[in-house]
Amino acid sequence: MTSKRIDNHPVLGKLSDKEKITFQFDGKTYEGYENDTIASALLANGIRTLRKHENTGNPRGIYCNIGHCFECRVTVDHQSNIRACLTPIQENMIVESGQVQPHPLHPDNDTEAIRTYEDFEQWEEE
Amino acid sequence: MKKTDVVIIGAGPAGLSAAIECKKHDVDVIVVDEFPKPGGRMLGQLHQEPNGEWWNGIKETDILMEKAEELNTTIECGIAVHHIETLPDGGYTVHTNKERFAAENVLIATGAAEVAAPIPGWTLPGVMSIGAAQVMTNVHRVKAGEKGIVVGVNVLSAAIARELQLAGIDLHSMALPAKNAVSEEQAHPQKVMDGLVRIAHLAPSKFIQFGSKFAKNSFVRNIATKFFPKGGVKMWGMPIHVRKAVTKINGTEKVESVTMVDVTTDGEIVPNTEQHIDVDFVCIAGGLYPLAELAAAVGLPFQYSEELGGHVPLHNEAMETNVAGIYVAGNITGIESAKVARAQGKAAGLSIVKNTTEQNVTAALQDALHEVRETRQAASIQFHPRIEEGRSAINTSFQNKATN
Repeated sequence: MTSKRIDNHPVLGKLSDKEKITFQFDGKTYEGYENDTIASALLANGIRTLRKHENTGNPRGIYCNIGHCFECRVTVDHQSNIRACLTPIQENMIVESGQVQPHPLHPDNDTEAIRTYEDFEQWEEE
Repeated sequence: MKKTDVVIIGAGPAGLSAAIECKKHDVDVIVVDEFPKPGGRMLGQLHQEPNGEWWNGIKETDILMEKAEELNTTIECGIAVHHIETLPDGGYTVHTNKERFAAENVLIATGAAEVAAPIPGWTLPGVMSIGAAQVMTNVHRVKAGEKGIVVGVNVLSAAIARELQLAGIDLHSMALPAKNAVSEEQAHPQKVMDGLVRIAHLAPSKFIQFGSKFAKNSFVRNIATKFFPKGGVKMWGMPIHVRKAVTKINGTEKVESVTMVDVTTDGEIVPNTEQHIDVDFVCIAGGLYPLAELAAAVGLPFQYSEELGGHVPLHNEAMETNVAGIYVAGNITGIESAKVARAQGKAAGLSIVKNTTEQNVTAALQDALHEVRETRQAASIQFHPRIEEGRSAINTSFQNKATN
């Protein structure tokens, strides 16, 4: 994997003494630097695609990189919809990309799915 | 629920300098920010001033943080605010993804967001806003890619394109987005040219400097747009095109290329001029607008201001709003430089001290307001030439609302 890390910068100087952190993304182990976000650590490892569109399956990556657009949402330690661009990596963190989801309104899908408010009320009672 | 005198939303230059002023005067604050580090958008900034000195956002943040820490300021990062609730007996509860904060005063210093300039293919991995590339490069120190192109020619994109080059990232060129239902003025060569002359002093290019001298003469600008060189005007060795536009971004799993065409002075596509340019990333630069949702949630009245970059909550020069206890500072009040935001933050902090304590800070507040004006006039990057007019219109509306 080609590293996209900018170790030397003419004005900002060298990156030195950065603690390395290992984490998992979709079952593979990667290394990032302390203070990396999930998005920056993955891009440094050449990975741009963070999720598939829930409906179409089209690949998606970061867009705004500062938390506004929610394009980079991933699952972190089993919690879904976490913004990769705002979340610092931690040792042994488990990150999973977003996948295509069953369409809640498609008639072929899960007949148990909650489609109306009445369904929801019934589900809540049970 | 934590209680404090002031909750400051946003740890950028405005929020931090406001916090410092409050703490200096024994007013308790909690600063929250959803980014993992303080500094806001200033963190990524890196450019050379006309006097040759570097403006380094990381260093500027360190300076503010050192002061804030000396004063034992509470700054909590990684906290996203989603609502400001007005309590029936006065005061506010600030709701976040982690905990709630109660305060009599809230300073909203949420800064700016980038205007989307969608073109077909813009959801492919590898397409990002120009600010995203800036943060990747200067804050995280990761290259946005090996070879990119900037779509959108404006003050912000020119400054950041330079930053990417500094970090050793290869940029093919800067060009316009093709005309579509949303690109509007960003796709209009003449209007883009009007904007380009404002950054001319940053460019060591005779052509743009020439344009700059006649910036007030629209006839000359028309000629310049009409006869804009086919190869673009080079800024730091990278061509800037105002007569070429990107119509779409191509690729299946990620960005592989863009399609570029020639355009007329009105932005209409010239037939049979299509070319494909191989790139692995694309930066879309639509400019900035004030990030003001929280101001709307708390019920501040708004006004649209082209000069200030969008809808801004009404406020006066002292950063007070029409709702008691709510203050604003920084880019939420209009798109300007980090230096202006920092000066505004100081003014906001002093206004809060003046309104909530017995301390006499009138002279200090006057000095702070003077500093805001001076900083504005001395700004090396001006986002809009008629910023003063925009400011004055908002102030007038604030006064009218206040007396009604």
